[in-house]
Amino acid sequence: MSTVIETKGLGRDYGDLVAVDALNLEIQQGELFALLGPNGGGKTTTVGLLTTLLRPSRGSARVAGYDVASQPAEVRRHIGVVFQGPSLDEQLTAWENLDFHARIYNMPRPLFRQRAAELLALVELAERQHEPVRNFSGGMRRRLELARGLLHQPQVLFLDEPTVGLDPQTRRAIWGYLAALRQQAGVTIFLTTHYLEEAEDCDRTAIIDGGKLVALDTPAALKATLGGDVLHIRVTDVVAASELLRQRAQLEPRQGPDGLVVEVADGPRRIPEVVALLDGAGIAVQAVNLRRPSLEHVFIKLTGRAIRAETAEPSEALGQRGRIGRRERGGGR
Amino acid sequence: MSALYTIWLRDLTRFLRNRSRIVTSLAQPLLYLAIFGTGLSSLLSGTSSLGGVGFTAFVYPGVIGLTIMFTALFTAISVVYDREFGFLKEVLVSPAPRLAVALGKVASGSTIALLQGVLTLPLAWLLGLPLTLGQVAQLVGIMAVLAAVCTALGLLVSTRLRGIEGYNVIINFLMMPLFLLSGALFPLAGLPGWMNVLVRINPMAYATDALRQVVLAGAAQPGFLAASRLHPVSLDVLVLLGFFIVFLVPAVRAFSKQE
Repeated sequence: MSTVIETKGLGRDYGDLVAVDALNLEIQQGELFALLGPNGGGKTTTVGLLTTLLRPSRGSARVAGYDVASQPAEVRRHIGVVFQGPSLDEQLTAWENLDFHARIYNMPRPLFRQRAAELLALVELAERQHEPVRNFSGGMRRRLELARGLLHQPQVLFLDEPTVGLDPQTRRAIWGYLAALRQQAGVTIFLTTHYLEEAEDCDRTAIIDGGKLVALDTPAALKATLGGDVLHIRVTDVVAASELLRQRAQLEPRQGPDGLVVEVADGPRRIPEVVALLDGAGIAVQAVNLRRPSLEHVFIKLTGRAIRAETAEPSEALGQRGRIGRRERGGGR
Repeated sequence: MSALYTIWLRDLTRFLRNRSRIVTSLAQPLLYLAIFGTGLSSLLSGTSSLGGVGFTAFVYPGVIGLTIMFTALFTAISVVYDREFGFLKEVLVSPAPRLAVALGKVASGSTIALLQGVLTLPLAWLLGLPLTLGQVAQLVGIMAVLAAVCTALGLLVSTRLRGIEGYNVIINFLMMPLFLLSGALFPLAGLPGWMNVLVRINPMAYATDALRQVVLAGAAQPGFLAASRLHPVSLDVLVLLGFFIVFLVPAVRAFSKQE
């Protein structure tokens, strides 16, 4: 195991706004790493810094063994990037877009032809490779961008919000490709997302909010910090039920907006016991709801609010300093 | 080098795919010639200060220059488009040196503008100005330099601007004075001092001057060209190369700046 991405006190400002601050990360070869955070939390800026599109204001970062500020060309040679916004030439065909990429990365022609054919098959675009990209749907474009990002066999693949705006089927497909890639090629994947369920599938997840790292661990370890499961119990007599559970089941029920809320170690096993107890005392149980801790709860606990699920505009893109600045300023605080 | 070629290849592929654009830009010089030539020459009938050539023939070199400038400035907008539609990110995150990318853009814009310029050459025969092979070779050389100057200017403007609208405003604002003060429509001899200053800082003036000397070499009265020109052709071309460097260096520098 070797470190592929390492940042030390990495920070970036836009004028007075601190978009990313004091970021310390260490990511190992082959890891699937998610940077989770709300829109405007600093995710795209972090990707911009690690992919050399933005210059750090503070601190340093090494990617694939090279410093992003002093050796940007070397870094670029070893990374693949799938941007948040569109980045294909719509007038060219899928194949021509890959051809451009191969040439600008100086790939040997036979290797290009072999890789392009393999990757187009992987993302299921082989049959439409000679169609101009303007005929492609959003999902097809995103799949082509994924193939393109992998074409030159990068050591690290950066994916900035790879599934935003895609239908559930395409999102699943993209995750399928990523899983296949990790098994076959051992490529390190660094992705940003504001979909919590996507972060759950990663090896490690960093939560970033307001430009600062607020947590970094495996999804399981992050969830473990919350304790156990949560039962939501709706009953006819809240006061009596609360008293009964306290005395007879040694639980600590709180009164929630919709009945009782009880934290338990092992939710599924406690439900029958709780229901039997209340039933036996003549208290009618109307509903029991089990909540297992999710990254969403971790997020709420760490930041004091829910992650917002609105989708980013496609026009939000790197290389447009003014827009990034405004967006980072507008969102997430 | 391969990055430069890659950028060039993509822009040429896009250009050749866009047939309607080629046709419209072919019609343009014809239209200019018809309007300027026919319209203005009726106004000027009787005057014989143009060295014995008709007004349409006099205007023709200016129309070649205008076609090249027009194409070059509107091809350089592709940098703005690429930024706006995201493709520029693909290029900027690649290992291609920024210098090669910028020079690739200049090369592709110049090639396209030159192609459009060459397509205006057959008009010479229509105007009764048959060109020798030597003249054609000279014209292509001058057109190539002018195409490079205008593309570099377009690149310079595009690196300073963010939006497509901004680019169009600036370019439209530049294009008319560049053309009108180029000597395309009237000889530059005997202009008032302030206008002479504007002419001297206008690259189009040197291009038109050079193109006209070559185009009318066989047709005009012997003394006319020598008396009405700004400089000999070789000096005009040198001045144009100077403009090219002056536009190119800051453009490449702005392009290479990491955000």
